[in-house]
Amino acid sequence: MNIDFSESELSFQKEVQDFFANDLPYGVVHCIENNLRVGRDDQIAYQQALNSKGWAGINWPKEHGGTGWTATQKYIFYTEAAKAKAPRIVPFGLSMVAPIIYTFGNKEQQQRFLPDILSSKIWWCQGYSEPNAGSDLASLKTKAVRDGDEYIVNGVKTWTTLAHLADWIFCLVRTNDSGRKQQGISFLLIDMKTPGISVKPIITLDGRREVNEVFFEDVRVPANNIIGTEGEGWTYAKILLTHERTNIAGVALSKQRLASLHELLEEPPQGMVDLRQNKVFMARVVQTEIELKALEYTELRVLSSVSTGNAPGPESSILKIKGTEVQQMIDELYLEVAGIYALPFVPEQYEQSDVESIGPHFAANTAPHYYNNRKVTIFGGTNEIQKNIIAKQVLGL
Amino acid sequence: MDFTLNDIQQMLKDSASKFIQNDYDFERRQHFVKTEMGFNPDNWSLFAELGWLALPFQEAYGGLDGNLVDLIVLQTELGKGLVTEPFLSSVVLGGNVIQRHANEQQKVLLLEPLICGKLKLAFAGVESHCPLDITQICTKAEIVSDGYILTGNKSVVLGASIADKIVVAARTGGDFGSENGLSLFLVDPQQKGVRMRGYVNNDGGRAADIELDNVHVTTTNLLGEENTAFEAIEMVYNDAIVAVAAEAVGLMEKLLNATVEFTKTRSQFDQTISKFQVLQHRMADMFIECEQAKSMLYYGVIAVAKGGDEADRAAALLKIKVGSSGRLVGQTAVQLHGGMGVSDELDVGHFFKRLTMINTLFGSHDEHLDWLVKQ
Repeated sequence: MNIDFSESELSFQKEVQDFFANDLPYGVVHCIENNLRVGRDDQIAYQQALNSKGWAGINWPKEHGGTGWTATQKYIFYTEAAKAKAPRIVPFGLSMVAPIIYTFGNKEQQQRFLPDILSSKIWWCQGYSEPNAGSDLASLKTKAVRDGDEYIVNGVKTWTTLAHLADWIFCLVRTNDSGRKQQGISFLLIDMKTPGISVKPIITLDGRREVNEVFFEDVRVPANNIIGTEGEGWTYAKILLTHERTNIAGVALSKQRLASLHELLEEPPQGMVDLRQNKVFMARVVQTEIELKALEYTELRVLSSVSTGNAPGPESSILKIKGTEVQQMIDELYLEVAGIYALPFVPEQYEQSDVESIGPHFAANTAPHYYNNRKVTIFGGTNEIQKNIIAKQVLGL
Repeated sequence: MDFTLNDIQQMLKDSASKFIQNDYDFERRQHFVKTEMGFNPDNWSLFAELGWLALPFQEAYGGLDGNLVDLIVLQTELGKGLVTEPFLSSVVLGGNVIQRHANEQQKVLLLEPLICGKLKLAFAGVESHCPLDITQICTKAEIVSDGYILTGNKSVVLGASIADKIVVAARTGGDFGSENGLSLFLVDPQQKGVRMRGYVNNDGGRAADIELDNVHVTTTNLLGEENTAFEAIEMVYNDAIVAVAAEAVGLMEKLLNATVEFTKTRSQFDQTISKFQVLQHRMADMFIECEQAKSMLYYGVIAVAKGGDEADRAAALLKIKVGSSGRLVGQTAVQLHGGMGVSDELDVGHFFKRLTMINTLFGSHDEHLDWLVKQ
């Protein structure tokens, strides 16, 4: 057992630190320094800065333009990114659809889509959930009917994050009604500009537009936009899910948020309670840190098993469950630190830099973030579904 | 021993419940919240007509002489409607502190228009650095020849931006941290030196940060006796805790019912999700917490109404229980609603938001628990 970094890993760490210290685009630095949300343009600039360093495809194999990093290198990268308070990488292109394309797509599709994903030129969204297919995703009804060289797509996708900003959507669609419901599902790439697609906002509890409903009405999609074999989409999506566990727990980000929380506690903003005197609260902080430490080592165990050639098993469901639980525990700690200043709804305070603050600056986002972040135990397979997976596949119940 | 409502309380409950049903559906509520004032002035007049604004006040000032139990009956129903009319800030806090500390003449002058719906009050008491302890406030009132000069900051004063007058707690004497030396003043928001920064709250209500920069207050606007407001303020906050606890119980009941109904209609894996035992147990836990919170409310309302030493402790115990139950019920309701739970469109998320904010008001779960442990 050994968790020390090697010489070469230490020099890699230095290189990553240098990147975050020197190479972040100005707009991103401005947002970080002023605790503002990062908008689409700055997000793209950030991902392009990563790309010019060759670091956009973190999980990608080298042959497709990825980093080819080891598990340890990925761990180092995410840790340093979080320390630098860098934005999270928007996952839909770079870490969700790209692995499907480079694993199951044909040469033509790889050449056509992968470069634009790496350069963040094309923005993707994910068309999985439907109004009546959430936890039971395989019961999805959006239909794609073959008509010559095209599919005609009809149906509704929902909870589609960033659909209003996306250029393309990758969808699970039904191409066959007979047999088991998991069969007959296909993986289809659709240009959002295709006639017949409309996007309707869903406003979330923080008052923002992040998710959408996407309607498909007789949308004609070229048949060569299908990935792999017709009817095999469910298998592809499932394989992707078990391989996409790196960083899903958000350990690095949670560590960074706890470190920032400690800074607030060490120097309480003017007019705020000194919570270090509150042992009930401080016990809660420590409990959260314990959960996070255990999770960090669980994640390292999974990563190290992957790096020695083993596939991550269903026990990686732990990462999603505990990772999201810890994130929400931290949300609640922040709510407490904000005290009575959790109450004002002043979104301009975390969207613009030139507003006179109501209470301490950080407080404005605590309640909206707490509300919005209840989603993390719901999306990506609810935590209840994750526990079903553990019960069935790990415990054999 | 008897936990049933008397006839008058039952009537009050029915009339409030009818009002919510007929005039305060969620769509209308959302409309009121989005207006500048954040509530419907016609409803406020109706509250006056129905006698709700008169409920906790003595008959001598035009009140109904209601007790704290009457108040929780009303507050529970208002909670179920997610009502944003400033009943808590204007009546439970503002009017209450006047009744408890102002002199006779002031009570007549202020409570009568309040009861008629013509005057709205707000109470600027504790400050952000001392949510539980009024003796730690920094706002000062300096005595000058023709009155007082007020200086200080009051944070997140509920209902202040829509109030006609603000009751401000300030130190006129005694040492910092001492119970002696606290006084109450009536301040006009338009007055010179008052800077009010109003905003919408995360639960749809309204509040403001108030800066008092050398605000001159005449002797007639000193409420009641100088230096002696401590006890009245403590009692007002205990009453306020009981009131929001009652509101929280109403919110929790709504969330439980909404969740049970939702799971009976939502189908996944070819059956309604209410059939899944894991979800049944979650809802059973919600039910248990609702009932435990309600029991604690009954204990709290009786103990706080009695006053004395147990009142402070009971209020803290109640606030802690409502904080933990509210957290479980709110979070579980959202989780079991799935994506719909975090959408702005459905009422469930808004009940959850208000329930969360109630925990931050008048001292949070952690703050009260820490205080109790240290007693």
